[in-house]
Amino acid sequence: MNDGDDLLSTYQRGHHWCEMFGGDSAAADHTAAVRQRLGHLSLSDLIRRAEIAERELYNLGITFTVYSERDVIDRILPFDVIPRLLSPGDWGVIDHGSRQRVTAMNMFLQDVYHDGKILKDGVVPAELVLGNEYYREQMRGVAVPHGAYVNICGVDLVRDHRGRFMVLEDNARTPSGVSYVVENRHMMQRTFPDLMDEIGIRPVSNYGQKLLEAVSELAPEHVADPQVVLLSPGVFNSAYFEHVFLAREMGVPLVEGSDLFVEDDKVWMRTTAGPAPVHAIYRRLDDAFLDPEAFNPDSLLGVPGLFGAYAKGNVGLANAVGTGCADDKAVYAYMPRIIRYYLDEEPILDNVETHICGEPEGLAYTLGHLAELVVKPVGESGGYGIVIGPRATAEELAEVRAKIKADPSNFISQPMIDLSVCPTLIDGMIEPRHVDLRPFVVTGKDSWVLPGGLTRVALRRGSLIVNSSQGGGSKDTWVLEA
Amino acid sequence: MTFTSNRLLARYADCIYWLGRYIERAENLARILDVNLHYSRDSRGNQNWRSIVQLFADEEQFDAVYDVASYGNVVQFYVLDRDNPSSIATCVLAAKQIARTLRPLISTEMWTHINILNNTVSTWTAEDIKPSELSRICTIVKQECQTHTGITEGTFFRDQSWHFNLIGRMLEREDQTTRLLDMKYHLLLPPDQTVGSAVDISQWNALLRSVAGYHAFRREHPRGMSPEAVAGFLLFNTSFPSSFAICIEEIDENLGRLRSRYGLRAGTGAMELLDETRAALDSHTPQSVVAFGLHQFADYLQRQLISVNTEIRRDFCGALPTETM
Repeated sequence: MNDGDDLLSTYQRGHHWCEMFGGDSAAADHTAAVRQRLGHLSLSDLIRRAEIAERELYNLGITFTVYSERDVIDRILPFDVIPRLLSPGDWGVIDHGSRQRVTAMNMFLQDVYHDGKILKDGVVPAELVLGNEYYREQMRGVAVPHGAYVNICGVDLVRDHRGRFMVLEDNARTPSGVSYVVENRHMMQRTFPDLMDEIGIRPVSNYGQKLLEAVSELAPEHVADPQVVLLSPGVFNSAYFEHVFLAREMGVPLVEGSDLFVEDDKVWMRTTAGPAPVHAIYRRLDDAFLDPEAFNPDSLLGVPGLFGAYAKGNVGLANAVGTGCADDKAVYAYMPRIIRYYLDEEPILDNVETHICGEPEGLAYTLGHLAELVVKPVGESGGYGIVIGPRATAEELAEVRAKIKADPSNFISQPMIDLSVCPTLIDGMIEPRHVDLRPFVVTGKDSWVLPGGLTRVALRRGSLIVNSSQGGGSKDTWVLEA
Repeated sequence: MTFTSNRLLARYADCIYWLGRYIERAENLARILDVNLHYSRDSRGNQNWRSIVQLFADEEQFDAVYDVASYGNVVQFYVLDRDNPSSIATCVLAAKQIARTLRPLISTEMWTHINILNNTVSTWTAEDIKPSELSRICTIVKQECQTHTGITEGTFFRDQSWHFNLIGRMLEREDQTTRLLDMKYHLLLPPDQTVGSAVDISQWNALLRSVAGYHAFRREHPRGMSPEAVAGFLLFNTSFPSSFAICIEEIDENLGRLRSRYGLRAGTGAMELLDETRAALDSHTPQSVVAFGLHQFADYLQRQLISVNTEIRRDFCGALPTETM
C-alpha cells in the first residue's frame, strides 16, 4: 500500500460516531486536511514511525509502574499515533461545560462544608453526602481560598452515536493523566511533524505554568513569593512519572512526606540549608494518607500536623481535603440539579441519563428495564459490581434485581452508551476503536481548561473499557484553532 | 536568581551524591575486570581472580556463595550478581533507581541515558561474560559511564546539586585509587617474587591501566617503573584525574563553593578532615610513603575518606552517623 488515500480507504467506522469521519448525517469537515495528509502516508511508514514512538516512550521512561511479586515493571501506556481531532465548536462546548461543572462543584463543596443549604432544601439527600466515605467532617467551617476546593478536575466525557458529548464521571480528588497529554504531543511533534505543520493546533505545553499559578493562589495571602511543592507518595507510586513531570513543569520540588514537617502549625521542608517554609502543596496523596494525626493513623506517607496547618490557613492544599464527596457516583447523578441550584443555568454538558434507584421513579424504571441498562453500585470504584444488562445472564439479572430491591439507594442505572470511535493502528491495520476524553480543569481564582485532554482508547475490538489496566491506550488530542 | 531556587532538598543532595558514586563505581569495576583479563597475568600466564575479591574486601560474601575464585565465579559475582551490592548490575540498577527519584532534578538526557544503560545491562546473561565477551561488555560499561559524565557536564544545572554530584564522584574515585594501591602492595605480590621482578612490573602496569593512567604515567616517567614512582604518581600528581591529590582538591573546592555561594553553614567537619588529610599528604614524598608502608598510608587515607563521607551525609543530608558507605 503506497498510494494516496489508500491508508484510510479500507477503514470501516461501522454505525458509531467517528472522531475522524463524523456520523451518518454529519461529515467531519475539520479533519479534512489531516485525513488528506494521512492518506499520503504509506502504511509501512505509519507502522515504522509508530514503532519509533513506542521505543522512545520506553527510553524516556514515560511509564507507569506495575508491581508483581518479584519485579518492578515499567510499562508505557500504549500510544496510538493517529490523533483525535476536536473542532473549535466542539471544544467551546467542552470548555464552557467543564468550567460550569467545576464552578458548581466548588459551590456545592463550599455549601456542604458550611451552611449545608442544598441539603436542607432537599435537592441532594443529606445522608448521601454526610454519610459518604469521602466526606470529611474536619473540613466543616474551614475556609478555602477563593472557595476553590477542586483545583484540578478531570471530567470524563464520552460521545454518543449522534456526536453529543456527555459526562460519564467526575474526578475531583487526584485525577491523573495530564502528563500523557503533554508527552503525547511532544511525541507527535517528533515523529509526525509533516502531519501537524500549519494545521493550527492549540498548544498544551503551558499546563505546568497554569497549574503553578493556580496552586500559588492558594498560599496565604501575605506571602509574596510562595514556595510551592508537589507532594508524592514516592517512587513506588504507579503515577510517579506524572509527579516528576508536573514538578518539573512547575519548577517546584517534588517532596515526599518525610521531607516535610510541621511546627507551630506551619509547614517546613528539610533542605541542605536547614528548614525552609512551604506555602502551598499540590498533593498527589489521598486525604486518608495526608496526615496520620487527622486521618489514617497508620499512614507513613503523610505529614503529621499538616491538616492543622491547613485548617489554620498557613498552607494551601490542592485539591482541598474532602472533595471526594462531590465526585462520587451517587452525587454525580445529582450534578445537573446541583448546577441548576447554584448557577440557575442549564448544564452545558449533560450527564449520561442516570436513574437514581433511591428515588421511586428511578427505581421503577430501573427494575422495568434491567436488561437494557448498566447498573452501578454507588459506593464502588474501579468498575467493581457493575452489571451490564444486555450482556448479563438471567441469573445475574435476578441477583442484581434482588440487591437493588434490598438497598435501592446504593444503585444507579444508565443506558448503555455507544462510545464514539477513532481510526487506530492495530496489528498493522487501521481499525475503529472506542475512545473517551478527559479534559483537565485548573482552578485557582478562576478556572481554565487545558485545550486538549487525554483521549483514552480501548485497544480491544468492541471493548468500551478504556482504562490502562484493561488494555487501554492513549492518543494525542488536537483542539483546532478557531 | 530568586531566593527559592537556591533550595535543595536534603534527600536530593544525598541521592545526587550517590548517583555520582554509583556511576563512578560501575566504571571503575569494569576497568578493573577488563585490565585483569588483559594485563594481569603471572609468569605462567595465569590470572589471579582472587585478588579482585580481596581488593574489594569481599572474601566473606564471595566465599559464602561461590566455592572457588574462578574466572566464571568472580566475573559473575562482579558483573551480574544482583545479590552483590557492588556488582556492575547492582550499581547500574541503583543508579537508575536513584535517577528515577531524581528525575525532577536531573536533565531528561541524563535520565534517559541511565534508563537505557540499565535496560542494556539487565539483559546480560552468562553468555555475555564469557572470556571472549568480557572485554566488550566492560567497554560498554566504561563508555556509557563516561557518556553519563559527559551528559552531566553538558546538561546538568549547576546549582548545589552539581557540587554534591561531583563530591560523590570524586570520593568514589579516591576510594578506588587508594584501594588499588593498597591491594597491589599488600596482596598482589606473592612472597617469592621480589620488588622489581617481571611479575611485579606487570602488576604495576595493570594497576596503572586500571585507572587509565598508564600513558599518563609514561609522559611523566618515560623509563622504568618503580613502586615509588607509581605510588607517587597516583597519590601526588596534580595533573592525573584519578590522583588522590586532585580528587581531594576537588572535594575541598566543591565543599567550599557550597558554603560560599549557597551560604550553607554545614560541612566544617568534612573540611577539617580534608585539611588534615592534605597536611598528611604534604608531609610525605613518594619515597617516604613507601618507606613508611604503603599499606598503612593507604589505609589511613581510606579511613579519612570514610569519615568525610559520614560528615557530609550527616551534615547536609540528615543521614544518621551509623550509616556507612
